[in-house]
Formats: sequence, C-alpha cells, structure tokens
Amino acid sequence: MNQPEDNKGQIDVKIQVEDPASDAAQDAPAPEEVSTFRLVATLAIAGALAGLLIVLVNLHTKPIIDKWKAEQLQIAVYEVLPGVERYDTFYLVDDGLSTTLPDGAKESEFKRVYVGRDEKGETTGVAISRGESGFQDVIMVIFGHDPATGKVSGMKILDSKETPGLGDKIFKDMDFVDQFFAGPETPLLGVKAGSGKGEPNEIDMITGATISSKAVIQIINNALAEWKPVLDRGIPSSPADEAPAEEAP
Amino acid sequence: MRTTSPTQDFVRGIWKENPVLIQMLGLCPALAVTNSVANALAMSAATFFVMSCSSVLISTCKRFIPHEVRISSYILVIATFVTLADMLLQAYAPVQHKELGAFIALIVVNCMILGRQETFSSKNNPFRSLLDAFGTGIGFTIALVMMGGFREIFGVGAFLGVPLFGPNFEPWVIMVLPAGGFLTLGFILLAMGYFEQRKKTKAEQKAEATS
Repeated sequence: MNQPEDNKGQIDVKIQVEDPASDAAQDAPAPEEVSTFRLVATLAIAGALAGLLIVLVNLHTKPIIDKWKAEQLQIAVYEVLPGVERYDTFYLVDDGLSTTLPDGAKESEFKRVYVGRDEKGETTGVAISRGESGFQDVIMVIFGHDPATGKVSGMKILDSKETPGLGDKIFKDMDFVDQFFAGPETPLLGVKAGSGKGEPNEIDMITGATISSKAVIQIINNALAEWKPVLDRGIPSSPADEAPAEEAP
Repeated sequence: MRTTSPTQDFVRGIWKENPVLIQMLGLCPALAVTNSVANALAMSAATFFVMSCSSVLISTCKRFIPHEVRISSYILVIATFVTLADMLLQAYAPVQHKELGAFIALIVVNCMILGRQETFSSKNNPFRSLLDAFGTGIGFTIALVMMGGFREIFGVGAFLGVPLFGPNFEPWVIMVLPAGGFLTLGFILLAMGYFEQRKKTKAEQKAEATS
C-alpha cells in the first residue's frame, strides 16, 4: 500500500507531461516523408473495410427494423379504427385507389390509406397517416376516419420530437388524446381549453402546447381535405372477397 | 516506457479523471440526452461500445496508420462503429433509439472518444487501451446517470420510470427541458468544486498544525 501510493503523484504528473514528449518520440523514427500513395491507400483500405462492415450489419438489422416499423404501424391502424377486424392498404395510383402498384414502382413513393373492414368485409373506417411541422420537427400522425359519417374515430402520434413536458402532451395527455376517440366531426376546430361552445367538431387544445396541438388538428384537417375527393369516389371492396362480395342493388 | 499500471489505466477514468465532470469532454450528449435515466443509460451503452471497439482496433492497427492521416483514420473508425451502434440499437432497442434520435449519430464528434484515441490508444497496446476505454466509459456512464437521475427525479418525479412521489408532486418541468441540463451540470460541478476545496483547505490546515 505504501509504495505505490508514494509514486502515484509522480505518475500522474508523468502521464500529462508524457503526451507531447512521446508525440515527438513517435515522429522521430519516421522522419522520412511518407509517400502520398501510402496515405491515400491507408485511408482507402480503411474506408473499404468500414463500408463492408456497415453493409454486413445493415443486411442483418434492416429486416428487423422494417418488421418493427410495420408492426408499429399495424398496431396503430387497429388502435385508431376501433372495432375493425382487418384492413387493406390502398395506394393512390393515378388519382384512384389501388391495392397493387404499377410495375417497377417503389412502394415508399406512393401515398396510401388503410381501409378497415368489419367481419362481413364492410368498410367501417379509413386510417390515414400524415406528417407536418409541429413545434420542433415533423409530427407524424395516424388517424381513423369514417367516410360515411365524416367523424374522426381515433388518433395516434407515430413520431414526434416535441418538447418533453410540454409539446409531448399531444400523446401523453390522455384528456387531449381521448377527444379524438370520442368521434368529433370534421373539419376539426381547435379551441382554448374550456372556452368551447359545445360544437361537435371542437377539440380542446393543451395549455402550454398550443402550437403542437394546433399542428395535430391541422394535420388531420389537411389530410382529410386532400383525401376527401378520392374517398368520395368510392372505396373498392377488399380484393380478398371481390368474388363473393356481390353487393345487393 | 511503462508509466502506469493496468489498474491505474482502468481506475483513472472512472472518477479522478472523469471525462465529463473533470475533463469536461463529451458535454454535448451529457446535456442533451440526460432527461431520463433510461436515455442516459442507452447513450452511455452506445458510447461505451463505440469507445471500446475503436480503442482496441486503433491500438492494434496503430503501426499501419501513418502519422499524417491518423486523425482521419480515427474518425473513420469511430464513425463506422457509431453507424453500427445506430443500426443495432434501432433493431434491438427501437424505443430508446427513437428517444435518442440524432444524438446517436453525433457520438462521432464526441471529443472524449477521439481524445482517448489520440492520447492513449495510439501509444499503448490493445489490452491497456481496452482497460482505459472501459474506465473512461464507466466514468462517462456515472456522470450521465447522475445527471439523468437528478433531472428525472425533479423533472418527472420518477426514477427509471418508477414514480417516487405521490400524485400531488408537481414536476419541475424545466429540469427535463434543455435548460435543466445546464442547471444540473452546473450544480454538480459546484458541489464537486466545493468538496474539493474543502478537502484541500483541511489538508492545508492539517499540514500547518503538524509543522
């Protein structure tokens, strides 16, 4: 105990002094110019190895990440469309709804809606996701909408970086969230908490998070305005029960 | 020229030369992601992984890296491991990954990691570099969890998501906001400075008394 203790102070001093000194010492054995080729080659080889490693890990993790994202989306769709048995994904292709994409098209480039069906295959609601700027960054919202009544059936925040403690109340404050599940009529109207006139389309905004709550309401209204003409043209029935679904005239 | 023992390599970074509290390195993540203990732990784990891997790799390859391009090589190695950590976290801890957001990618520019490579790994063998990285990583974790603990306890009234106080506790929202990070760090440094000074004065008094 006594011997190392005695040296300790010295040692610490040594380390600090050592750094610049050993830097010089390292330079000493290699004073001759290192060729440019060697510099470039070192970096190129290191870069190639790094790229290879990243590609290998990405091959392994990408399916897991995609699966998780798909699961989250699926959970969200069922959440915002209460009482739905299953849902179909429709893409907006040439201003019409289609379950299939044109050949060679990339899935991520198409806007889409999730059409919820009950056990008889009847359409009960449509889930739409959309992102727009909130207070900090883009807020991704998914919400359920019943085209027959024009009411909102639920809302969930998929992604947001709103201020913790204030803006994040748009998904942590259940009083706010529950209003969207209570079936408000559209277009939604954000009002200051407590000052509503009892209209069926009013949503009480959160005190201290007005911009974030307004953004959520605005996103839903904008999405509906964009999709209404498409949805009004009729939603095709599920491709799975196309054959038996002989609709009575 | 061996100047420190392996134990010292390891212990040094934990408290005596704590990267955040003493060396004031890596303050960006220490301020940005410590609004909860869980986030602080995830950030520490990612940094720990990146630092250990880069330290071992750099001290192994130090002979092949020309002096002129060493910094670019270090950054390349660090950036690679950060990208790996980013992808692995997203795959296996997606919730934390979502919370930490852009700060994972910013581990690349955490000067604490580059600092250890430049001052230690580039001059020592892989084993000692690993010990040094472990010590520094643990020190970083201690500092971050300390900050995360204070901020979560006061700002949310919970520790690791478990509520500590009754429902009547009104959280100090400022503690989880960015300003709370600066306040917490300031108070921790104040306390450490106070005790350090008191220890010094006491030692001086003792020395005077004995002389």
